[in-house]
Amino acid sequence: MFDFVHNRRYFYLLSAIFLVPGIISLVLPGGLNPGIDFTSGTNMTIQFDNPVDSNALRSAFDQLGHPEAVIQQSSPNTFVVRTKALVQATQSDTGDVTSSERQQIEQALTNDFGSMQILNLDQISPLIAEQIVRLAVLAVAAASVFILGYLWWAFNKVSHPIRYGTTAIVALLHDALIVLGIFSILGRLFPAEIELESTFIVAVLTVIGFSVHDTIVVFDRVRENFIRRSGERFEDVVNHSLAQTLTRSLNTSLTVILTLVVLMLFGGVTIHTFVLALLIGITTGTYSSIFIASMLLVSWHFGELNWLWPFRRRAAVAAAT
Amino acid sequence: MKRLIFIIILTLLAAFVVWPQKPGNYIPGGDALPGNPGIHFAGFDRQGAKLGLDLQGGTQLTLQADLSQLPAGVTADQAMQGVLNVISRRVNAYGVAEPEIQQLGSDRIIVQLPGLKDTEQAKQLIGQTAKLEFKEQDASGNWVPSTGQLNGQTVPLTGTYLQPGRQQVTFQGNAGLPEVAFSFNSDGATLFGQITQRLLGKPLGIFLDGQEISAPTVQAVLTESGVITGLSLDQARLLALQLNAGALPVPISIQSESTVDATLGADSVHKSIVAGELALLIVILFMLLYYRLPGLAASCALIVYALITLAVFKLIPVTLTLAGIAGFVLSVGMAVDANILIFERMKEELRSGKTIAAAIRAGEDRAWPSIRDSNTSTLITCAVLYFFGQQFGATIIMGFALVLAIGVIISLFSAIFVTRTFLELLLARSWAHSTRMFGMRIDPSQIGGVTRPSRRPAVAGTRG
Repeated sequence: MFDFVHNRRYFYLLSAIFLVPGIISLVLPGGLNPGIDFTSGTNMTIQFDNPVDSNALRSAFDQLGHPEAVIQQSSPNTFVVRTKALVQATQSDTGDVTSSERQQIEQALTNDFGSMQILNLDQISPLIAEQIVRLAVLAVAAASVFILGYLWWAFNKVSHPIRYGTTAIVALLHDALIVLGIFSILGRLFPAEIELESTFIVAVLTVIGFSVHDTIVVFDRVRENFIRRSGERFEDVVNHSLAQTLTRSLNTSLTVILTLVVLMLFGGVTIHTFVLALLIGITTGTYSSIFIASMLLVSWHFGELNWLWPFRRRAAVAAAT
Repeated sequence: MKRLIFIIILTLLAAFVVWPQKPGNYIPGGDALPGNPGIHFAGFDRQGAKLGLDLQGGTQLTLQADLSQLPAGVTADQAMQGVLNVISRRVNAYGVAEPEIQQLGSDRIIVQLPGLKDTEQAKQLIGQTAKLEFKEQDASGNWVPSTGQLNGQTVPLTGTYLQPGRQQVTFQGNAGLPEVAFSFNSDGATLFGQITQRLLGKPLGIFLDGQEISAPTVQAVLTESGVITGLSLDQARLLALQLNAGALPVPISIQSESTVDATLGADSVHKSIVAGELALLIVILFMLLYYRLPGLAASCALIVYALITLAVFKLIPVTLTLAGIAGFVLSVGMAVDANILIFERMKEELRSGKTIAAAIRAGEDRAWPSIRDSNTSTLITCAVLYFFGQQFGATIIMGFALVLAIGVIISLFSAIFVTRTFLELLLARSWAHSTRMFGMRIDPSQIGGVTRPSRRPAVAGTRG
């Protein structure tokens, strides 16, 4: 049998190799490449009847007062354009209506390049953007607290039930951080392709749900084996449990990953970033439930985590002497 | 047998509900098949699945009401009620099919306008502050603003002179006929006195956003307050609400807008369906190859799962968005997890020498705590997401959480109850009693004899 527990330091190291660059990239300025959902501005897809040169389109937006426009060509006559927020039409007190910037842009582009249509358009104000981010952070925190509480209750038959919930939450944060970190790096490498919309938040939240789901299956086996094999050493029980659940963990992840690959290949361009985030997250979620959550449980048992709470260690030493 | 009949009836019902209006869009060569006529049952009426704006095309606006200028005595709730009423009137006047207007949090409103593409005019109309005007008919019968003299100037009487929140439904005399009482401030009283004197016996038009909402006849000279009679209770309530809305200074601004072209939406629907069908097929293939006979039972259960889940989405109805469909496709992957858990346990029990029937029972019993705990945690996550999505108006997150939660609940039913029923049915055949059918190469009687006293029981527990 493969000795998972004995090699735990290598697993921590592997996670660190993925985590540290991502966290550095996250902390440095411009950590994530936010789409308009998180900043504010306008995102539109424009389709022309005839092929249009992207440089000509760029200079057209320059002249319209949008030198900041990011123009991305998705087919010879389709473009995704991001600009700062467009000015809405306003009505003066006398009832006159000024044309909105969108109308002006449509007018100008039709004049320059012939018939066109705006396939989709999203516009977000900074206020909403800020609230979405706050929502996500709060939701993760709240979900963590509830899951911690549930696991505490569900594992009350084994000693130290709080450890299971806590390590499951650590694994969850590990997965969320890896996804965020990898997307931070990807955003730096491919600024045009990787842009985070609110679907990215949904993806991270899904990863969190899956991560806990997977960790709990492993922990449940640990719990069961503890009760059945009460005479064995802690690390042996964990090792057995991991070996017993390994096939299930891999098979479940494989089916999910297969469905995601299908979504990636056939599901349309709009959800590519979403699916990529899920693919990375589900993979690390499977890894973390076996190699992080369970290993932390063992490390905690052996007191290897005591440096995290120096006050209690001193208390323990004092009690021992 | 009873269970099987129950499952078959449920599945057929679900299939009937899910069956598309245009089969050709979903099944290759399906054009020849009849479309779903829709479900009509005792007042219940459902044509097709409810699609979000990103799939059917249209415009979504998020409006922010500025409640900072509310006068004392008017609660935010009252003000928002008025604003909602004003906005739904405007949207309905615009003639969009099935618009949706809902309040989010304390001061935000989401307006969904399906199918609407040119949004400028709609936005313009919807984003205004409510305007209440009083008008009278000129010689040729046209409505013109009613004016009066105030501090030596001619000014029109508008809703801003009404006392905010003081317009209410009262009941008149013994008959208890509903009427609407209204009050002006002192400037308004001056103007109203002059106007009612001039219009005695003539109609006074009340206009909200340029639309006539009532035109009572002036029966007496009034100043700071009066009543409008001759209304039904519903009319009176609405009028009071509208007068209050017109009196409130609640500016509305457009916070965000999102427009999706209908052809793009249709393309997304098509791609999602193809992806969903393919994903289902691949998962079924994997389960068949890896788990053989139990895999067959699980695959049938998975199809039942997909049909029932989609039927529930259509009946509730759950608004399907791109994120929601992705959530569903993902839930197909997660739905087989419970089966995989049970089957892995079943194999372990077989290896330990149990009979097939005993192994199935033991596999289910032992896998249950894992299934329960992991799915409970997913449901907790869904509940938290739904709650936060609702608080902040993130409909995309709400839709995703709802789809996943429904999927998890139905998957518990399908993975345990439906799979077991199919498996027992298959095991009634003698050819099914071979370990090859369970994806194991060695006879269980043999393996049971060898591995039971094994030195390394955990290894035996994992190699398939």
